[in-house]
Amino acid sequence: MSARSLEGARGGPSSEIQLRGLEKSFRGPDGPIRAVRGIDVEIAAGETVALLGPNGAGKSTTIDMLLGLLEPDAGSVSVFGRPPSQAIARGAVGGMLQTGTLIRDLSVRELVTMIASLYPSPLGVREALELAGIGDISGQRTQKLSGGQTQRVRLAVALVSDPQLLVLDEPTVALDVESRHAFWTTMRAFAARGKTIVFATHYLEEADAYADRAVLMAHGAIVADGPTTEIRAMVGTRTLRATLPGVELDALAALPGVSGAERRGDAIVLHCADSDAAIRALLAAHPDARDIEIAAAGLEQAFLQLTGDGGASARGEA
Amino acid sequence: MALVYMRYELLRTLRNRRFFLLSLGFPLILFFVVAGPNRNVRDFGGSGISFPLYYMVGMAAFGTMSAMLSSGGRIAAERAVGWNRQLRITPLKPRAYFRVKVLTAYMMALISLLALYAAGASLGVSLSAGEWLRMTGLILLGLVPFAALGIMLGHLLTPDSIGPALGGGVSLLALLGGVWFPLGSHGFLHGLAELIPSYWLVRASHVALGGAAWSTMGWVVMIAWTLLLSAAAAHAYRRDTGRV
Repeated sequence: MSARSLEGARGGPSSEIQLRGLEKSFRGPDGPIRAVRGIDVEIAAGETVALLGPNGAGKSTTIDMLLGLLEPDAGSVSVFGRPPSQAIARGAVGGMLQTGTLIRDLSVRELVTMIASLYPSPLGVREALELAGIGDISGQRTQKLSGGQTQRVRLAVALVSDPQLLVLDEPTVALDVESRHAFWTTMRAFAARGKTIVFATHYLEEADAYADRAVLMAHGAIVADGPTTEIRAMVGTRTLRATLPGVELDALAALPGVSGAERRGDAIVLHCADSDAAIRALLAAHPDARDIEIAAAGLEQAFLQLTGDGGASARGEA
Repeated sequence: MALVYMRYELLRTLRNRRFFLLSLGFPLILFFVVAGPNRNVRDFGGSGISFPLYYMVGMAAFGTMSAMLSSGGRIAAERAVGWNRQLRITPLKPRAYFRVKVLTAYMMALISLLALYAAGASLGVSLSAGEWLRMTGLILLGLVPFAALGIMLGHLLTPDSIGPALGGGVSLLALLGGVWFPLGSHGFLHGLAELIPSYWLVRASHVALGGAAWSTMGWVVMIAWTLLLSAAAAHAYRRDTGRV
């Protein structure tokens, strides 16, 4: 009921999008499948948030509920202080859904014009096409585009409404590296206009490079939520790599600051909670260690560690 | 009113060539092939109606039914590419969505109807202006349940299954409606036909006999189908928010 404030939550630093206690199950062949098992997310105005997780984590189901395409079994969704359907009716939301293409028999410009006409204060069609980088194919028929071009037209369809909130479900899946890069360049330019962006991805590097914050999902639950730097810090912060043949792994794992050790050929890799303590202890015990590298753990490692086993129990405290 | 949206939807539909082959070309060719040699038959099968008039309206019923139901094919294709879900996250209201779908279907039906009128006139069909108007009015009214049926099927079936469903459905509705030959005025088949909306479409040709082409029964059947199928179409649309 707090969702009924007259002007929404616009302008304030408070969260503009709230998912509270969301749950959704589907009927499966072996009884119900709990796709989303009670998640809470708050997103502030202007944030770019990645919903990150492997296939089947519940990302698309969450996005469908955020957009009002699915009714949650339990919990509530509030977008700018309103139910999603009302926020959408006001033209405040733009979306690019998973696995879609375009309707045929219209030119790119005609299609974008058609969609723009449904909104109260859209961008100019030319501006949307330029922003999506498809000004040069605006006269082409939609059924004659390449996969990358199709995705960019879909992006223009989502952008032309000039939405406050842009929701993208796996937007770069099936794009080559170059198209992906171009796509995110566009997205950055759009985010710079103060827009809120939520995107689902299973590409860790995308979350790392383009999001302010990552919400990690696995098995329908959130396993971590925070800035990507913080998520990395939540697991063994750094890895220490050195060439050091013939050493007992157990002895290495017992060194101060080390949380785990593994061998890769002649090299050893130490996962360190405190890499400073670990390097001192390592060199004291094994002065012959060479080719030493210390690196921050990738989001990938954090991801595997957080979602690896059963996931649902490993709720992070970020 | 979503006028710009409607304009592009119409444009897009007109650009689809398959439609013109199926719901325009096919009935036109059949009309000339079947009615051409029988153009001088004044009373077709005891119906009291000339062969060309009967077949003109029969083929018009066939073509307009196909045109109305072809919206189902378009909707199924749109759903398959995720466009239906994309539209639902725009401010387009369901009411406007239905209005555009129905008007698009009517535009296609009207093209089919006028082409058959022209074909009929070329084989000597001649009616008074009042009769042309009343007949057209009845046909357009009689198409309302088919508009709803097309939308309903579009939201229930896939592009793969809707082709055979529409092809078979239209053929059956045409046969039972008396598109190909008059069904007589009593008996089981006639009784069954009277409950089917396509029968009343074909009956629109009876304006040439003077009096009301549709009995009270006709109006009741049409209104009942309209209400039933509109509710079913709305239900199918509301349920259809998932990924296809």
